[in-house]
Amino acid sequence: MYRKTVAELSRQLAAREISSVELTRSYLERIERLNGTLNAFITVDPEKSLAQARAADERIARGDAAALTGIPIAHKDLFCAKGWLTTCGSKMLASWVSPYDAHVIERFNAAGAVILGKTNMDEFAMGSSNENSFFGPVRNPWDLNAVPGGSSGGSATAVAARLAPAATGTDTGGSIRQPASFTGTCGLRPTYGRVSRYGMVAFASSLDQGGAIAANAEDLAYVLEVMAGFDARDSTCLDRPKEVYRTALARPVKGLRIGMPREYFSQDLAEDVAQPILEAVESFRRLGCETVEVALPNQRLAVPVYYVLAPAEASSNLSRFDGVRYGHRAADYADLLDMYRKTRAEGFGAEVKRRILIGTYVLSHGYYDSYYLQAQRLRRLIARDFAEAFKRCDLIVGPAAPSVAFDLGAKRDDPVQMYLDDLYTIPINLAGLPGLSIPCGFGGRGRPVGLQIVGNYFDESRMLMAAHAFQQATDWHKRTPPAFT
Amino acid sequence: MSWEIVIGLETHAQLTTASKIFSGASTAFGAPPNTQASAVDLALPGVLPVLNRGAVERAIRFGLAVEGEIAAVSVFARKNYFYPDLPKGYQISQYERPVVSGGRVAIVVEGAEKVVQLTRAHLEEDAGKSLHEDFHGMTGIDLNRAGTPLLEIVTEPDMRSAAEAVAYARALHALVRWIGICDGNMQEGSFRCDANVSVRRSGDPLGTRCEIKNLNSFRFLEKAIEFEARRQIAVLEDGGRISQETRLFDPERGETRTLRTKEEAHDYRYFPDPDLLPLEISGAWIEAVRRSMPALPQELREKFRERYSLTPYDAALLTESREKAAFFEAALAATRATPKVAANWVNGEMAALLNLCEGDFSAPGVEPAELARLLDLVADATLSAKAAKEALHAMADGEGSADEIVARRGLKQISDAGAIEAAVAGVVAANPKLVADYRAGREKAFNALVGKVMGATQGKANPAQVNEVLRRLLSSS
Repeated sequence: MYRKTVAELSRQLAAREISSVELTRSYLERIERLNGTLNAFITVDPEKSLAQARAADERIARGDAAALTGIPIAHKDLFCAKGWLTTCGSKMLASWVSPYDAHVIERFNAAGAVILGKTNMDEFAMGSSNENSFFGPVRNPWDLNAVPGGSSGGSATAVAARLAPAATGTDTGGSIRQPASFTGTCGLRPTYGRVSRYGMVAFASSLDQGGAIAANAEDLAYVLEVMAGFDARDSTCLDRPKEVYRTALARPVKGLRIGMPREYFSQDLAEDVAQPILEAVESFRRLGCETVEVALPNQRLAVPVYYVLAPAEASSNLSRFDGVRYGHRAADYADLLDMYRKTRAEGFGAEVKRRILIGTYVLSHGYYDSYYLQAQRLRRLIARDFAEAFKRCDLIVGPAAPSVAFDLGAKRDDPVQMYLDDLYTIPINLAGLPGLSIPCGFGGRGRPVGLQIVGNYFDESRMLMAAHAFQQATDWHKRTPPAFT
Repeated sequence: MSWEIVIGLETHAQLTTASKIFSGASTAFGAPPNTQASAVDLALPGVLPVLNRGAVERAIRFGLAVEGEIAAVSVFARKNYFYPDLPKGYQISQYERPVVSGGRVAIVVEGAEKVVQLTRAHLEEDAGKSLHEDFHGMTGIDLNRAGTPLLEIVTEPDMRSAAEAVAYARALHALVRWIGICDGNMQEGSFRCDANVSVRRSGDPLGTRCEIKNLNSFRFLEKAIEFEARRQIAVLEDGGRISQETRLFDPERGETRTLRTKEEAHDYRYFPDPDLLPLEISGAWIEAVRRSMPALPQELREKFRERYSLTPYDAALLTESREKAAFFEAALAATRATPKVAANWVNGEMAALLNLCEGDFSAPGVEPAELARLLDLVADATLSAKAAKEALHAMADGEGSADEIVARRGLKQISDAGAIEAAVAGVVAANPKLVADYRAGREKAFNALVGKVMGATQGKANPAQVNEVLRRLLSSS
């Protein structure tokens, strides 16, 4: 049962060939058996999940099921879900139970989906390897010595190892696409403003966007349809007409103009990644797409710009974790200042502290103009590159990450190398664009390679359509990690 | 050379919205701690702010009332600092681009009008409260107030005395209530001032200023500025220097003391709040708000001076509140009395009456038409001023209409020439000594005779007529 796609499970549930309780139980058993090895989940709560599954079965029996009714979905542990631990992978919130549902969770609940559990992640979504979790690193099911990528590493591994049919994630600088690339799964980061951020614990507010990881483009369409939607509680969420992504999938891709940024196909790209990417481009040509070279001259600025803006926002967003109202508080302290210091010193991990320090520095009096304001100006240049490029093409393709998954510990002591891993994904976040990663082959040591497809604002339909066409013509998305098949 | 005191004020006016500036929680005062704090006010992980349109509308009203410039685009920024009653670790405020720039408030000090220029007014949220009593060795946090909308109104350093500062604060207090954006309740902290005070020798550049925080009464404002100016002058005259710092006023000792020095000042690391889009205010919205605005105190003051020839002082007093001005206009419209007489009655006896019963013109107890009737009775000499005052108090006590009270209490003035003539003649005949004194040139005796006539008529004789008849009778015989 666990091998099936969301689309297949949806059909089987509707036909009452399987029940949600059976389905949920089978995933819970698989998690029980394999999570010790993979560490993809921080929290599972079979009682709660099965209660939702029973309710879903009743709803199906009544005949008012929606597409995701009864489907178990794993959620990155920064989506607040009422009554569930919501830890953000941090000691700071290790025992914090959310009293409310994120908008995304409300929508899944309303659709009758089952919360399968909360997945592991880099602390407060800061990281590219999932080694920055208070709950320990997540393993890559393709190679237990490799990282799954991050920060949505738990969600990516859960889907790759079929511990969940689909999972939510968030993508601030590549946190959905890079782990999808590393684990051979499909990951979609929608346009900024497409999915409400209400109840999604903030890392960098102007860059964060909720999205999904699934086994193929069609499943992403199923999940996005539920996740996306206007929410008045998020002032940056846009009120757009509802789209049925599933029906867009089958549209023909012939004549689609595929942009290839010169900068994405440079010598920086590892040979073992370049090869599958170029072959994927070839596949699109065979499908009748046209390729055009485009230029994104300011892309080289993206990583430094990001590492000013994201920490700046994070330093402020994380100020609320002060030990006063909820979360970790130091046991012994002399006075208020000492309470703050000890609480935050104990509650946050090294990478979170590093970014709070960077962010505090760039916002400080005397540095604000030369760092924060300058970065904002460059951010606009980066976005303008894409606007120019999209005058000449419909979609942009390239690698999702500069290499295949690296070994656990390989970059732990070199944060800058770790930051550069998001070279190809960060520009998309800075521009607020949608991007997805789909598997397109294997690189060194048999580790997966992801093809990134970037669309124009709110053009998720076309991205999913292209990805679906590619997957109709290839079978990379059907490959599963041998040890977890 | 003499010292000049230079004062600028920053005032926090709590806006009258029913819900908070970025959440749907109620802003009502006095609820049990933390019962009016939503997930957003508590800054739970994952929550986001949504701007209250009503708060913006009130800022627009203010901008129009002070003739400031209302920004087509303004920006909310985060002011970052740690404090237990600041749940997010930052306050959402406006920094580089406030909603209102410029503007002015007219004040009257010692009969002269002066204009105080405003620098800006910006929207922001209030913090919660730290409760240091009741919690043995600990501090309680009440977040009911967290997220309450405030308009911070900042002046240029335009005031030159504590009296001017108080006059400005009073005028601003009247204005925000007038336009209905703030209830002005100072005890509840709805209207509180910070004063920036410096001193200099006349003609010198501005001195170093100190900021005195959280002055929540006009008296404290006055005392704090007076103390602070004296302190700074004493330091300078001793050859010392003023260091820029934030000070607190201690009302019990009547003095200010250091809260934090410049070195201890926070670096607030302001930056635009990425959770909120820039605030765009269309010309159409501003026009719609303009159409809903009442006539402003400044307009009424001009009208009162020009059309009714009232003094600036009278006009300023009449426009202390919108209700008082409206009361005056309604009473004036219904009476034959002159504007000056009506103004004197409203500013004088009516105000005193309301003061006595701790009321105000929002519920005056006497309708403007009733006062108008009284004034008519005075104007046509049916009532003496004294009798009219008595009748006014009786009306306020609910004894009935002016005419009923006059009839019941027999307050009607005697203006019948025959009756007065008879009464005067009687008094003249019965007081030969006083008559003789008067004729000997003692003017006091005349007043005594008038008093006798008034006594004989139970005070109801028309004094002008009594005077006239008495003079005639005394000079003729």
